[in-house]
Amino acid sequence: MHVPDGFINAPISIAAGIVAAGGLAVCLRGARKELDDKTAPLAGLVAAFVFAVQMLNFPVGVGTSGHLMGGVLAAVLVGPYTGVLCVSVVLIVQALFFADGGLSALGVNIILMALVTALAGYAIVVALQHVLPKRRSSVVPAAVVGALASVPLAAAVFVLLFVLGGTADIPLGEVLAGMVGVHVLIGIGEAIITGLTVGSILGVRPDLVFAARRYEQELELRAPTR
Amino acid sequence: MTRTRGFLLGFLAVALLLAAVVSYFASGNPDGLEKVGIDTGFGETARDHSLGGSPFADYGTAGIDSAFWSTAVSGIVGVLVTALIGVGLFLLVRRTSNRR
Repeated sequence: MHVPDGFINAPISIAAGIVAAGGLAVCLRGARKELDDKTAPLAGLVAAFVFAVQMLNFPVGVGTSGHLMGGVLAAVLVGPYTGVLCVSVVLIVQALFFADGGLSALGVNIILMALVTALAGYAIVVALQHVLPKRRSSVVPAAVVGALASVPLAAAVFVLLFVLGGTADIPLGEVLAGMVGVHVLIGIGEAIITGLTVGSILGVRPDLVFAARRYEQELELRAPTR
Repeated sequence: MTRTRGFLLGFLAVALLLAAVVSYFASGNPDGLEKVGIDTGFGETARDHSLGGSPFADYGTAGIDSAFWSTAVSGIVGVLVTALIGVGLFLLVRRTSNRR
C-alpha cells in the first residue's frame, strides 16, 4: 500500500507528516518501557524481517497482489510503540533506498502502515486477549484477527486522507469499496503470515513474545498461593 | 544469553533467505492500492519517485543483469541496512531509558 508522490496534495501530505512525526515521538517515549537488553536487538531484527516479508507480494485475485504490512506482527512481538518504530524504519529505508513510497508521502505511509496497523491492530489483539482463554496460545488467534482487521483499517484511513487531499476527483464510494474490498483479501494474507510467525516464535521462545508476557506474570502471581 | 543470540541469528538468517531467494517468486502484479488506482482512475496522479534512479530502486540492483541476483542483492542489502538501523535505534532508545 505504499502511497507514491502525487496521490495526496501538499497540504494534507504536510499535515500527515506532522501527525506522523508526533506519533513517532510518542512511540519513542513508549518504546523505552517496552525494550530491555534482550528485546532491543530483537526489535531491530523484527524490522529487518518485516522488510524481507514486505518484498514477498502474494497474489490476491486476478492481476492484483499484496504484501504484509507487519504492524500487528511487530506489535505482538516487541510491543505496540516499538512495533510502530519497526515498521517506520522499514518505510524510511524503502523510501530512501528502494524508491518505494513517495518521499512527500512518507508521513501518509507512516500513518497508514505503521501507526494505524500497529496501534489500532494491537488494540484489537489486547481486546481479544481479554475474551480468549488466559493462556499463552491465545496470542496466536488474537494476532491473526488483529492482523486481518489492520489491513482494511489502513485502507479505510487511506480513503479518509484521499477524501481530504486526493488530487483526483473520483467518487468516494468507488474508492472506498475498491480499497476496503481488495484489502480484506490482502488482510487474509497478513493474518496467515502473522499467525505463522507468531506461532513459530511462541513455540521456541515464548519469553520473546511481548503479547505473551501478561500470561507469565499471571502464572508467577498464582504460584505461591498453591 | 547465548541462546538468545542463537535465536536472533536464526531470525536474521530467515529474513535474509526470504529477501534473497523467496523474493524472486513474489508476484509482480500491481498491489491493492495500485490496482484500485488503475480501476478508478486516481492512479494517473502518481508521480515518479524522486529517487527512482538510485542503485536499488524498485528492489533491483543497478548493474546486475540476472533478474534473480538483482533482486537477491537488493534484498540482502535491504535486510542488513534495516537491521543495522533498527538494532542501532533500539539500543539507543534502551540506553536513554537506562539513564533516566
